[in-house]
Amino acid sequence: MASSVISSSPFVCKSSSSSSKKDLGFSSFTKSSQISIHRCQKKSISRKIVSVMAPQKDRSPGTTGSVKTGMTMTEKILARAAEKSLVVPGDNIWVNVDVLMTHDVCGPGAFGIFKREFGEKAKVWDPEKIVVIPDHYIFTADKRANRNVDIMREHCKEQNIKYFYDITDLGNFKANPDYKGVCHVALAQEGHCRPGEVLLGTDSHTCTAGAFGQFATGIGNTDAGFVLGTGKILLKVPPTMRFILDGEMPSYLQAKDLILQIIGEISVAGATYKTMEFSGTCIESLSMEERMTLCNMVVEAGGKNGVIPPDATTLNYVENRTSVPFEPVYSDGNASFVADYRFDVSKLEPVVAKPHSPDNRALARECKDVKIDRVYIGSCTGGKTEDFMAAAKLFHAAGKKVKVPTFLVPATQKVWMDVYALPVPGSGGKTCAQIFEEAGCDTPASPSCGACLGGPADTYARLNEPQVCVSTTNRNFPGRMGHKEGQIYLASPYTAAASALTGHVTDPREFLQ
Amino acid sequence: MAASLQSVNPTLSRNLSSPNNSSSVAPFRSPFLRFDSTSVSRGFKPLVSFRNASSSAFVTRSAAEPQERKTFHGLCYVVGDNIDTDQIIPAEFLTLVPSNPDEYEKLGSHALVGLPAAYKERFVQPGEMKTKYSIIIGGENFGCGSSREHAPVCLGAAGAKAVVAQSYARIFFRNSVATGEIYPLDSEVRVCDECKTGDVATIELREGDSILINHTTGKEYKLKAIGDAGPVIDAGGIFAYARKAGMIPSAAA
Repeated sequence: MASSVISSSPFVCKSSSSSSKKDLGFSSFTKSSQISIHRCQKKSISRKIVSVMAPQKDRSPGTTGSVKTGMTMTEKILARAAEKSLVVPGDNIWVNVDVLMTHDVCGPGAFGIFKREFGEKAKVWDPEKIVVIPDHYIFTADKRANRNVDIMREHCKEQNIKYFYDITDLGNFKANPDYKGVCHVALAQEGHCRPGEVLLGTDSHTCTAGAFGQFATGIGNTDAGFVLGTGKILLKVPPTMRFILDGEMPSYLQAKDLILQIIGEISVAGATYKTMEFSGTCIESLSMEERMTLCNMVVEAGGKNGVIPPDATTLNYVENRTSVPFEPVYSDGNASFVADYRFDVSKLEPVVAKPHSPDNRALARECKDVKIDRVYIGSCTGGKTEDFMAAAKLFHAAGKKVKVPTFLVPATQKVWMDVYALPVPGSGGKTCAQIFEEAGCDTPASPSCGACLGGPADTYARLNEPQVCVSTTNRNFPGRMGHKEGQIYLASPYTAAASALTGHVTDPREFLQ
Repeated sequence: MAASLQSVNPTLSRNLSSPNNSSSVAPFRSPFLRFDSTSVSRGFKPLVSFRNASSSAFVTRSAAEPQERKTFHGLCYVVGDNIDTDQIIPAEFLTLVPSNPDEYEKLGSHALVGLPAAYKERFVQPGEMKTKYSIIIGGENFGCGSSREHAPVCLGAAGAKAVVAQSYARIFFRNSVATGEIYPLDSEVRVCDECKTGDVATIELREGDSILINHTTGKEYKLKAIGDAGPVIDAGGIFAYARKAGMIPSAAA
């Protein structure tokens, strides 16, 4: 088992050589200087794409002008957010936060800490930079779960939070115009993910947003409470591991296979405290949703954040969803990487992660004797529109019915609508929903995190017995989907669909070639 | 305050200045919020706070006095590698809000209930609210998985004082320190292979050489210094520490 190499406590403060007291530290936390920081930023954001660096103070000549030391994307993003011209891995820096996301499970705790520490009458640092997305325990009769959504409503009302994707009618998700669903997918769909920014969330899969070329990572309630009050967080700059994926993506392979391949390679602690940067010709060919799947599971390798250089695909997605100005950054040619991995994607095969660890990698075709009891297609990892399209495409190509209960949980309202409205290419105009029905799958359920993490006892598709499940989700530790002796095989949507058709773990090439 | 923190632990800088020898360095948890105790400049009050086990009295001491020892004594509970947050606190209990005192206690009663049945001896006995084990001994990558702060919180709420593991997942480590709920200590060897649940042990935290003494086996193990994470946990977490150090304003009245 690879142990973490360059591990780091995020709390060491190191003053940069030339900065004055004001550059770092809590002296900037009084309300007036908070306002002055915002004013500086507002003044400079007057054109569409501008530098977001605040005016520099008292910098010695050596630190102005062009930076000779190369930086990786993550280093650049953090340097800019900390208003520094240069950072190196290991630096502990105070970083300005662009977006803070929370949901129904951690939101009440984070706001509870915020109020306890900053005062009952305290106001959040910026009500437009906080996004509250109920998504975890929504369609349940559990009173505490329901109460937690109500608690978030109260906080959002009191603080005038601009983005609160509320749900009040639990019996009919469509009756809630604001409700979105799974937070990481909603953040992207609603235009909150922008290149170059710092996005924090009270959820480990916040790293998903790294697909947009930003620094995105998960934090706990206490850190979030701190950010709520100050808009800043103390972070240690992570070193970057580079993963170059070249070659043409085979038609039966998906981003899920790529990340399972990588995690199997480096283990669940292989990227602890580090950045995972993905590039290469294969990455460039991936859609945004596929890139999100890739970055989503960075945390399963212990990674601090994942990042993909923004390109035309990114800009096209983002510019259609937000008018907030942003500025992408890219790794310098002479940046330092702490590890380099290269993959020829054309040689890879569909893989699964066997129970009970995301790094327990095996070829799907080598697991064909594993009898399964059910299939689950959903979650931020594998419940997006393209994930369902892929499953539908395979079901259609096969023309057969599933042999085991097959649960479908679209991540968001929008995904649900796509499943019912968009035609699946090559099917003669059928929608995913029609194909799923013909194949004998369960009806697509209300969008939420669903059974990915088990949840309250009445959660749809929860593993309540020691069954074997092939799932497009992200973790398969004991008890993850409910029952402690449940056995979860993590897989791509293609592999999940193929497995549903045979009742065994199945390589999708059985049906796709 | 941060700007007056002069020195980062030199070992840490050394590790990170040579990014290419990634395979040669053992895991190292750096001290954090380290301040130069000889320099009282820039209006920052050096502060070492010490939490007394039986009361919440805080003692402010000047930097010239000898280092304090902090001691934990009690029973060990031994687990393996990759104990993820779902095993520490299954997702169904996340409806409990940790900042609510009643629910905080309830979280403690469910600590480590997600461990498989192979763990015959449970961390919290059925029907109990607290654990009889004050020290958890783990392997690699303790606390991996989710960012849920409920994980270190439930361990602290149950009454555990420290985890001794070979390595930690970053969010769990960070949350442990930020909440001040439990000490995440690093061992240098695979202590989980040499200790059994129920062993009686003492942990002594010192500036230079912290140790774990297993009284049942008679063996001693060196622990890596927790450094400046210690005072933060002693103070009760990042907010309490920051307030004591004058870094942030006190909670508004």
